[in-house]
Amino acid sequence: MFAYYLELALRSLKHNRALNVLMVVAIAVGIGASMTTLTVLHILSGDPLPGKSARLFYAQVDGDPTPDYKHAEPPDALDYQSAVDLWSARRADRQALIVDSQIKTRAPEANRPPLMLMMLSTTSDFFPMFEVPFEYGSAWTPEDDANRARVAVISSDLNDKLFGGQDSVGKTLRLGDADVRIVGVLKPWRPSPQFYDVRGGRFSNGDTSDYYTKPEDVFTPFYTGLEINDGNFNQFNCWAPPPNPGHLVNSPCNWVGLWVELDSAAKVVSYREFLNSYAQQQKTLGRIRYTETRLRDLMQWLDFNQYVPRNAKLQTWLAFAFLAICLFNTVGLLLAKFLRRAGEIGVRRALGASRGAVFAQCLTEAGLIGLLGGVGGWLLTLLGLWLVRRQPTPYSDLVHMDVAMFFTTFVLAVVVSLIAGALPALRASRIAPALQLKTL
Amino acid sequence: MQIQPILAALRKHRLATVLIAMEIALACAVLCNACSMIASRLSAMHIDSGVDEASLGFIALQGFDPKTANDLNARVVSGLRAISGVQSVHVINSVPFGPQAGATGITLDQAGKQFRGVPEFYVGDPGTPEALGLQLVAGRMPAADDYQPVKNFVPASSRVLITRTLAEHLWPGENALGKEFWTGPFHFRVIGVVANLSVQQYDEEGEQGAQWTVFAPGLPGPQLAGTYLIRANPQDLDRVMTEAKAAIARIAPDAVLDYEWSDTLPALRTKFFRTDRAMTGLLVGVIVALLGVTAFGIVGLASFWVAQRRKQIGIRRALGATRADILRYFQTENFLIVSFGIVLGIVLAIGINLALMKWFEVSRLPLWYLPVGALVLWGLGQLAVLAPALRAAAVPPVVATRSV
Repeated sequence: MFAYYLELALRSLKHNRALNVLMVVAIAVGIGASMTTLTVLHILSGDPLPGKSARLFYAQVDGDPTPDYKHAEPPDALDYQSAVDLWSARRADRQALIVDSQIKTRAPEANRPPLMLMMLSTTSDFFPMFEVPFEYGSAWTPEDDANRARVAVISSDLNDKLFGGQDSVGKTLRLGDADVRIVGVLKPWRPSPQFYDVRGGRFSNGDTSDYYTKPEDVFTPFYTGLEINDGNFNQFNCWAPPPNPGHLVNSPCNWVGLWVELDSAAKVVSYREFLNSYAQQQKTLGRIRYTETRLRDLMQWLDFNQYVPRNAKLQTWLAFAFLAICLFNTVGLLLAKFLRRAGEIGVRRALGASRGAVFAQCLTEAGLIGLLGGVGGWLLTLLGLWLVRRQPTPYSDLVHMDVAMFFTTFVLAVVVSLIAGALPALRASRIAPALQLKTL
Repeated sequence: MQIQPILAALRKHRLATVLIAMEIALACAVLCNACSMIASRLSAMHIDSGVDEASLGFIALQGFDPKTANDLNARVVSGLRAISGVQSVHVINSVPFGPQAGATGITLDQAGKQFRGVPEFYVGDPGTPEALGLQLVAGRMPAADDYQPVKNFVPASSRVLITRTLAEHLWPGENALGKEFWTGPFHFRVIGVVANLSVQQYDEEGEQGAQWTVFAPGLPGPQLAGTYLIRANPQDLDRVMTEAKAAIARIAPDAVLDYEWSDTLPALRTKFFRTDRAMTGLLVGVIVALLGVTAFGIVGLASFWVAQRRKQIGIRRALGATRADILRYFQTENFLIVSFGIVLGIVLAIGINLALMKWFEVSRLPLWYLPVGALVLWGLGQLAVLAPALRAAAVPPVVATRSV
């Protein structure tokens, strides 16, 4: 029966060509706009470490003793003392301190002017914890952390730039005035968002596109980085001016992040207790005054920072409002299309077709128009995504259509057209055969 | 024109009437809100920076040893001054639309109790306010002895210029000259008020803070180094900046030029607002597509109605109605439907605006947008219905005599 309806639908496409083209174009434009914004939103709001993110946590303690504000939330970063204390307690399965800074980088072998690059100073657990893929070599060892070894891991981009993509393990990199030995080269690694550096979202007024920049190009052990780039660190915030700007060790500033991996719910509970008892103990010692702590898992931390740029969400709403207008438009045009054929439908009804059959036939027609609109919408989405990629946003290189979004395009198009077709089809199925036959 | 028969006819086509009205309502709501968003972004993009943007350029260096800062400043300032067309070179911490260099909370008392918001600080060497082209509205420009060594990010105690907006915010209705404020141990005394000087990183949602700035006179040194203001004739500026960027490699081989921020002020402004421009373009695109879809929807449905009523039109014509009567009939019908949609649309527009204000911190919809949006949609409706209505008017009376 469906094949017959499809044949009828195809035949009716040839009649009223202008009306059909109008409907297909309206659906295509609506779907194109909605799917472009939805694809961007889908890419931006993904889980950067699926399967693992629920076991990764960001620890917060309030090191600021000044009573200037309410302290309802601990700051987004730790002061040096708290960070190092919590890290060296090693109460989690894995733990990584992170702090990033800009540093002048040269490769003595490569004949190039120096570059200013972002350097992440972290601890050896960082790489296994965040499943960072290596092309050559490996991460440094915990001993390197303790010994402040002059070693580094570099990104695949930097390896391409300085060493032409060759295995550069064992080669020397000059960071600031210090020479470090390369021990590892990463594979191309582009988490979206670049989750481990996310912080300060509640102060960003929704402009969070910086969360989607590429990871740092140079990774060094935490203490090594602090030594070789001393004087060039930026605070998250300070409760008093640091005596020596850029040198933040033991300064009145929050600037270090601590990520921990906790592999069971029981460990999460006990780590929370550990954080609270640490805050209590420090309060007793008089170093801090506020004992509010937080331990959010990765997705909670991202949500807390409202990581999806507000513009992207606004655009999605706008596109769907537009799709709604296209939907109303299609309902009206389908109504015109079906009722114009009232005579034909009357004959079918008189020859024994049930109301259900007429309804199904009309819906098939609507669905076919939706499918055609979907093809147009898919092409327009590709065009829309191409336009987004040309925008100078940090995430423009991430924007592409994946399989899920490809199918969503067609499903959305057909569903929209079926919704649009339901009411006109119902109306068409109510046509009284006798009345129509009389006028023939 | 009798409205009664039109209403009676519309009652027969309730569904289609409601559909067009709903489409118009949605279009009206989206149109008004999108226009309001465009307007607020355009007004943000026209912020007055208070400086002679067309004559100014900014050079930022990184990666130099802070111990050599004095030597670097001397080399760069004299090296850049040697470029032909350069009027002056100053050491400055940042410029409007440049990198954020110093945003700090201030208090009106030394104890730090009376917090008054977070202005941004500019620090520059002697002659900087004049080179920027700041417009003094009260007090005086800093004199030679006002420029002091920079400790941390400003001098320990400085005599500063503030903007009119900040003065009015800190001391409403009072004369700001001679007044004091603090940030931590740093002390400031106001010696002059300037018309405008916009912040470095302007955030449209914090619009009241767009002009909250302080200019603190300072002397170059380890804490004020590596960032330079170049002044040149507007017609020379692009060439001067290109030459300056090329000259840096020779003047300061120990430093790395920051390509992102080293540019003319007009270019920095353009870069700063590029996402706003992209969003504005998108909104305009949506409005055009939306009006197009709505218009074609009206054309489609009106054509259908004309075709359906061909016989009735013929009868009316045969009974003495003129072509103008038929034309006016369809125009009035469209006007009624669109009006119905607009009433709904105004309610919807306000509702959507309230939701946007809550979730997206969009500004309030100016009420005069509503009548303007209504006029646009009335016009659109009339334009869309014109072709089908003319076709209806062309139906000859003889149609009435055929196969009733």
